[in-house]
Amino acid sequence: MQLTIQEVEHIAELAKLDLSDEEKEQYREQLSSILAYAAMLQNVDTGDIPPTASVLPERSVLRADVVQEPLRPETVLQNAPHQKEQQFKVPIVMENGQ
Amino acid sequence: MSILSDLSVRQALKLLQNGDISSVELTQSYLERIQVYEPQIKAFITLTPDLALAQAKSADLLRKNTPPEDLPALLGLPIAVKDVLALENVRCTCGSRILENFIPPYTATTVQRLLDAGVVILGKTNTDEFAMGSSTENSAYQTTHNPWNQAHVPGGSSGGSAAAVSAGMAPIALGSDTGGSVRQPASFCGITGLKPTYGRVSRFGLIAYGSSLDSVGIFSHAAEDLAVIFEQIAGRDPKDATSMDIPVPAIHLDSNTDLTGVRIGVPKEYFITGIQTDVEKNVRTAIQHFESLGAQIVEISLPHTEYALPVYYLIATAEASANLARFDGVRYGYSAEAASLWERFKQSRGSGFGSEVKRRIMLGTYALSAGYYDAYYGQAQKVRTLIKRDFEQAFEQVDAIATPVAPTTAFKIGEHSNDPLAMYLEDIFTLPTNLAGVPGLAFPVGFDHQGLPVGMQLMGPHFKEETLLKLVHAYQQSTQWHKVMPDL
Repeated sequence: MQLTIQEVEHIAELAKLDLSDEEKEQYREQLSSILAYAAMLQNVDTGDIPPTASVLPERSVLRADVVQEPLRPETVLQNAPHQKEQQFKVPIVMENGQ
Repeated sequence: MSILSDLSVRQALKLLQNGDISSVELTQSYLERIQVYEPQIKAFITLTPDLALAQAKSADLLRKNTPPEDLPALLGLPIAVKDVLALENVRCTCGSRILENFIPPYTATTVQRLLDAGVVILGKTNTDEFAMGSSTENSAYQTTHNPWNQAHVPGGSSGGSAAAVSAGMAPIALGSDTGGSVRQPASFCGITGLKPTYGRVSRFGLIAYGSSLDSVGIFSHAAEDLAVIFEQIAGRDPKDATSMDIPVPAIHLDSNTDLTGVRIGVPKEYFITGIQTDVEKNVRTAIQHFESLGAQIVEISLPHTEYALPVYYLIATAEASANLARFDGVRYGYSAEAASLWERFKQSRGSGFGSEVKRRIMLGTYALSAGYYDAYYGQAQKVRTLIKRDFEQAFEQVDAIATPVAPTTAFKIGEHSNDPLAMYLEDIFTLPTNLAGVPGLAFPVGFDHQGLPVGMQLMGPHFKEETLLKLVHAYQQSTQWHKVMPDL
């Protein structure tokens, strides 16, 4: 199967990746050939086969609801590229009263 | 060079315990060797000599002031750690520009358990970016060179850890294995590497790639050294919900090499056209050696093996596309200057990630996207069930399964750079264990005609690492391959 540049752009938008025209063309070719290879899976009869949810036996992973020591706010923010008043700072999300 | 760096872990611990050497002396001998060989091998992204010497000094002081029976098990032993495992206050890059300045606020459980056992940390080792690759060529920082032939790759993604141990720059190293990233570089570098059972070792603090596949693994020269480290890092961790509450056995390895009563399966699907002649020959010879030790060799079938590669690349990339969504330029990592939030996400990720990481995010996003989910991701998860059942059925007949680690020995740097599918094919024999969640152990069994190491893999049932370590220990007690060091 052959992906189109429009499909590549759609995937890049979903994945939030800014790609150059050269990258788009490269990924179009490479993903097309990888997906063509993966198409062999369509030949496997999986009619009554359940998907693997986990390779481990089913069990409860809940813990007691007890307050634990959190990281300090300064520690949480120590890698933040932009911060203000102990918060992560981001550009405007909603514009013009949207 | 210093004789100290040729010691096995057990020998080193004995010398430390007897007071024949101090941890500072042992650490210095590794740091000196790193100084000499690191410029050509390029195994480390970040070296931590000051931290190592401070830890070594504390270890020596503790030994002086504490009764021997109260001392931690690995006191004073130097190790290297793959740069995807967090160590508080030491930069963790994952081989990516997007985390070039990332300082983890906490330590991975595996690393913490080893620190509690008294180890000394020499540095953080090179990796393909976010552990995505089979050669370390996808690292944003450097390509590591294979100590056996520096024109060749060390394998990947944990190629830095494998090369460091192979070149005698660390006696032990931690790695991670999502599709073969411990076993394949162990094979390429002529050392021994363990991928434990999924759920056996905590992944807390391991920066995630494919969460249903990721395992923390260990490199060393010999199975008996791996056993010492495995006992320390295995077991339930409340911080990782996938870690199982199953007792970790104390692993007793002795000099008995009699394998009478052990059944080893050889799956015909792993000896295929395209496998390098020298690889097949050496692995077959090693299987005969197990037979000569008393093991019964049984031909078995794992019929869905050929589907492991496409299943892996759909599931791993789908999980990666979700896991790597966290790198958005807001909480940590590279952040592009942009007027809007959406533009910041796209530009930070577009220029922060390298090309293989973006390729896998794209593939995974496609496999999960509306209209394609059932055909790709859904179908892959169903075929995964068939692969898992193949192993369950095989382990009703045999105690372990013997295969090559990879179809080839270490390839040349640059050989597969322009063909992602050819690179992915290097992992065809290691991917199935991750899909089934079973343990795998890679170990050296000879050399090809170019003098490059050949590795063999033993796979076992869930939580039977002990069986694999015992079998390989028996092999290593009666052969010398694991003792041959590269001539640097």
